[in-house]
Amino acid sequence: MIGTARAILRKDLTIELRTKESVPAMTLFTVVVFVLFHFGLDRDALDGDLASGVLWVTLLLAAVIGVSRLFATEREQGGLDGLLLAPVDRTALWLAKAAAMFLYLTALELVAVPTFALLLLAPDLLPALPLLVVTLLLANVGLAAIGALVSALAVETRARELIVPLLLLPLVVPLLIAAASVTAPLLRGSQDPEDLGRWLGLLSLYDVVFVLIALAVFDFLLDD
Amino acid sequence: MAAIELERVERRYGDRIALAGVTVRIQGGETLAVLGANGAGKTTLLRLLATLLRPHGGTARVLGSELPDGAWKVRGRIGYLGHDPLLYRELTARENLRYQAGLHGVDTERIGERLAAVGLERRADEPVRDLSKGMVQRLAVARATLHDPDLLLLDEPRANLDPAAAEALEPLIGRASGKTRVLVTHDVEGGLEEADVALGLRGGRQVFCRPAAEVEIATARELYA
Amino acid sequence: MYSKGLKPLSIATVVAMAAWLAMVFFYAPLDADQGFVQKIFYVHVPLAIVALCGFVAGGIFGVLHLRKRDRTHDFRSYVAIHMSIIFGTVVLITGSIWARASWGHWWVWDEPVLVSFLVVFLLYCVYYPLRFSIEDPDRQARYSSVFAIAAGAFVPINFAAVRMAEKFTHPRVLSQTGGSMPGEMRLTFLVGIVAVTLLFITLWKFELTSKNASVQLKRLRRRLEATA
Repeated sequence: MIGTARAILRKDLTIELRTKESVPAMTLFTVVVFVLFHFGLDRDALDGDLASGVLWVTLLLAAVIGVSRLFATEREQGGLDGLLLAPVDRTALWLAKAAAMFLYLTALELVAVPTFALLLLAPDLLPALPLLVVTLLLANVGLAAIGALVSALAVETRARELIVPLLLLPLVVPLLIAAASVTAPLLRGSQDPEDLGRWLGLLSLYDVVFVLIALAVFDFLLDD
Repeated sequence: MAAIELERVERRYGDRIALAGVTVRIQGGETLAVLGANGAGKTTLLRLLATLLRPHGGTARVLGSELPDGAWKVRGRIGYLGHDPLLYRELTARENLRYQAGLHGVDTERIGERLAAVGLERRADEPVRDLSKGMVQRLAVARATLHDPDLLLLDEPRANLDPAAAEALEPLIGRASGKTRVLVTHDVEGGLEEADVALGLRGGRQVFCRPAAEVEIATARELYA
Repeated sequence: MYSKGLKPLSIATVVAMAAWLAMVFFYAPLDADQGFVQKIFYVHVPLAIVALCGFVAGGIFGVLHLRKRDRTHDFRSYVAIHMSIIFGTVVLITGSIWARASWGHWWVWDEPVLVSFLVVFLLYCVYYPLRFSIEDPDRQARYSSVFAIAAGAFVPINFAAVRMAEKFTHPRVLSQTGGSMPGEMRLTFLVGIVAVTLLFITLWKFELTSKNASVQLKRLRRRLEATA
């Protein structure tokens, strides 16, 4: 299954590098939203809870864009048939798409987080960085796992662009709560986040539960 | 052991009948022509044989395995050429075949040989969106036969091909290949000529299934009436 | 098939609900701070608990449907979720009234159960557009079951997360559930849960029966047309 997932991932990354459709759009969207927040909140600098909230909500909204496009090439061109005809475990498709989403999110954050620090963040980002990176990576896992599942659920529906955000956003509320709660003290300039273990624990639990669920049910989405 | 054994196979779409009462037996190396008007169920039958759809009733055995439970055993031995070429337009011909090879566990050396067989060696490194319809069809044939399948399921395989190209592909997907084939075609005379057995569908239901030599062209034409 | 036992069940439900409402109005004590409106708690909480169980039941039927490929389980899943959404609407309305009565606002974020419920409710509202935008009936049922399972698993995680996020230890009537409730309150509350559960099951069976009948009718009609 890993081999198949790797083949699918390679194909998707090749296409993404050539068409540059998902990651640049997500990144641009994020920066635009930061600017909107500047005007909407009429603030030059944010810290603490507010900064954490703005950062995470913006990342989630950008994730929606990425998730909507995850199965785009299958839908528009190659078709899922190619994979369904192969003697492979179909869950490899979920794994490949989740891996792709994880990579897109990480690439997005490499640009978005420094931009956020530049545009809207009051305290210095550097001391908070290690912990923030851990949180981002953990959150990316959960978003990728859920995103791949939601994208597959919506792949055949007529109202795809509506269904994806409506499905994805409520499902990531626990992830948002945990991630924002870890980040808020970090962005207050304090080195000492409260209840770090509790929140990272929740985030990890969320990741594990939804990875397991996705692994369990994904096959049924492809089995006609 | 028969290559394909269908006994009163049924497939529904909600409450509607997509296929009903389909019964046919094909031996290895034989060609089955599936005839019928649009919407008669030809593509549904082909997709069912490809293990893309589960039968809702009756029994279906392909290459010795019963569907749907035995589908995973035979998937690697089936080559499916449907309406959709199943190719990624942004990838080159070679990259598309490389992907297919990755899915089927085929040695990448085969790719070059296959590209030559369909006459695309010189255009192999151009993205598919730059290829003509005929070349795309040729590449689709390469993709469908890359893993050297035992059973070929062909939906209008000669669409978009000029006679020279169609002839070049004969050893791969024609009678000359010696493989068991299921051929869906609107060319009634051509289909009956190259087939051993002919199956006629109307509204999802089987109208006839006989050796092709015994089917009158007029009977077959009635399917389209 | 579904209507077996519907009549005794209906009678039991009516009896239980009558007893419950009587207890709410006459038996349960009047809250010192909040007055009569506090009694809406006895309606709000059992409805919420039963609605959440209904969502989880929808997920369980989803699992059964996928494993056994039996469409009747999908039916049951759909109706359970459908009923829970209706109950859920009442939960949110009564919750809002209660919030207004207790704290003066039509909505409060301090109440983690209410907030979690809102998120769950919003998620399940997407069940309809998802389901009805898939045309292939077989696929529609399968995808709905996948959703029901993922959403059903989501319910407990969501409640845990929101509960963890609660910052205020606001004295709430809800926080007293399970522990320090006076006897009359607890009894009324328990009867409420029983009554609402019976109501849910009765309405669930009722809807299954009527839907089943209309599907059979449609099937017969189609068969009649085919032979005509």
